[in-house]
Amino acid sequence: MDAWLRFRKNRLALIGLALVLMLVLAATLAPWLALHDPTRQSLIEKRARPGAKYLLGADEFGRDILSRVIYGSRVALLVGVVSVLIALAGGLVLGTAAGFTGGWLDTVVMRVVEILLAFPYLLLALAIVAMLGPGVLNTTLAVGIWGVPAVTRMVRGSVLALRETEYVGAARALGAPAPAVLRRHVLPNVLPGLVVYATLFMANAILLEAALSFLGLGVQPPTASRGLMVSTGRDVLLVAPHVATVPGLAIMVAVLGFNLVGDGLRDALDPRLTTTR
Amino acid sequence: MIPAAELSDAWPATLELTIAALLIAAVVGIVAGIASAVWPNSLFDGVARLFSLFGLSMPIFWTGLVFIVIFSLWLHWLPVGGTGSLTHLILPAVTLALPSVAMIARMTRSAVLDVLREDYVRTARAKGVGEVWVLGRHALRNAFIPILTLLGLQSGQLMGGAVLTETVFAWPGLGRLMVKAIFARDYVLLQGAVLVFALAFVVINLIVDLSYGLLDPRISRQG
Repeated sequence: MDAWLRFRKNRLALIGLALVLMLVLAATLAPWLALHDPTRQSLIEKRARPGAKYLLGADEFGRDILSRVIYGSRVALLVGVVSVLIALAGGLVLGTAAGFTGGWLDTVVMRVVEILLAFPYLLLALAIVAMLGPGVLNTTLAVGIWGVPAVTRMVRGSVLALRETEYVGAARALGAPAPAVLRRHVLPNVLPGLVVYATLFMANAILLEAALSFLGLGVQPPTASRGLMVSTGRDVLLVAPHVATVPGLAIMVAVLGFNLVGDGLRDALDPRLTTTR
Repeated sequence: MIPAAELSDAWPATLELTIAALLIAAVVGIVAGIASAVWPNSLFDGVARLFSLFGLSMPIFWTGLVFIVIFSLWLHWLPVGGTGSLTHLILPAVTLALPSVAMIARMTRSAVLDVLREDYVRTARAKGVGEVWVLGRHALRNAFIPILTLLGLQSGQLMGGAVLTETVFAWPGLGRLMVKAIFARDYVLLQGAVLVFALAFVVINLIVDLSYGLLDPRISRQG
C-alpha cells in the first residue's frame, strides 16, 4: 500500500487521524467516559466555572458540559456518517447514470444538479429543513441531500473521463456487458477520489449539523448536540462565556480532524498533486 | 407586512455585511496567499497555513461568540451586536470573512506557486526582469483566473454564512429574516428570501464569468 506509506509520513494527517479516532472513541464509549449524566440538572450549580467537579464547567441548567460534549459526539458522528452515505449513494447512482449513459438522461440530471448548486451553501439545507421540520432524522436528510449535487457532478466527471480510456474500450470490444464494465473497470477508479471527497464532506456535514442546530432548526433539546449547546449558551454568554464557547471548540476539533485526514488522503492517493504542500 | 416590503427592508443590511466580508476575504486572503507562495515554507507561510486550517474548521457562529467575548466583554472595544456605526460592522464582517480568508489564501498560494514554476516566469527572470515586475506582470495575471472563480463561489459561502452571522450579531438582514420566516412557517417570505440569495449568487458568478475576458484576452465571449 503506497498510499498508506505516504499518508503515514504526513504528520498533519496523522494528527487528524488521532482527532478523528478520539471522536469515534468518545461516541462509542460515551457512557463510560462521561463522569456525569449528561441530562442531570443541578440548578444550584448552574453556570459553574470549570473546576474539580465539572472539568469544563456546567451549563445554564447545571449540567456537566464535558459529559454533554462527549455525548454530543454521537449526534455529530451519526448525522455525519449517515448523511455522507446518503450523499454518496445518491451521487453515485445519478453520476454514473448520467455519465455512463449520456444522452437526455445526462442532460436532465445535470441541469437539475446545476439548479441545486446555484443555491448558496447552507441555504439549500435550510430550505429542506424548513420543509421537513426539525429533528435528528430531518437534519441528517437535509445534510445528505445538500451533498448529492456536488457528488453527482464529481462522479459524472470521472465516469466521463474513464469511459474514454483504452482499457474500458478494450473491455467493451471484448464484449463485456455494460454493467460488468461499470463494476470492474469504471467504479474502482472513481472510488479514490470519492473517499477523499467523503472525508472532507464529513467535516462539512458536522459543521452544517452544528449550524442547523445552532439556529434551532436541527437537533432539538434535550438531546446533547454541540451546535445546540452553543446556541443555548449564547443566552448566558455575558455572564458565563464558557457555556457557549467550550462546545464550539469541540466542534472545531472534530472538523479539523476530518479536514486534516481528507487533505492527507488526497496527497497520499494522488502523488502527482503537490500543490497543497 | 407584505413579504416584498420585508425583503426590500432587509437586503441592504445583508449586502453591506457580505460586501464588507468579501472585501476583507479578498484582500487578506490574496495578500497572504501571495506572500506564502513567494516565500514558501517560511515562518509566515507556516503560520498562514496553520491559520487557514483552523479558519476552515471553525464554525462561524462560534467564532462570532468568541469575538464578542474577547472584544466586547473583556476589552470593551466593539459593540456586542446591532447596526449603526462602522464599529458595529467590524466584528460581524471579520467573523463572516474568516473561512473565506482561509480558503482564498490556500487557493492563491497554490495558484501562484503553480504559475511561478512556468517557463515564461523563468524566461522573464532570465532576461533580467525585476522580481516585483515578474510577480505583478507575469505571475499574478495568470494566477488570477482560478482566484476569481473561487471569489465568485465564496460569495455563496458568505451568503450562507450571513444567516449565522446575522443571528449571532443581531444584524437585521435577510438571513435573520429567513430564520424568522422558518419559525413563523411563513413560506412565502422564506421562498422570497431564498430566491433573492440564489439570484444574487447567480448574478455574481455571471459577472465573474464575464470578467475572465478582461483578465485573459484569449477568453472571448464568442468562445
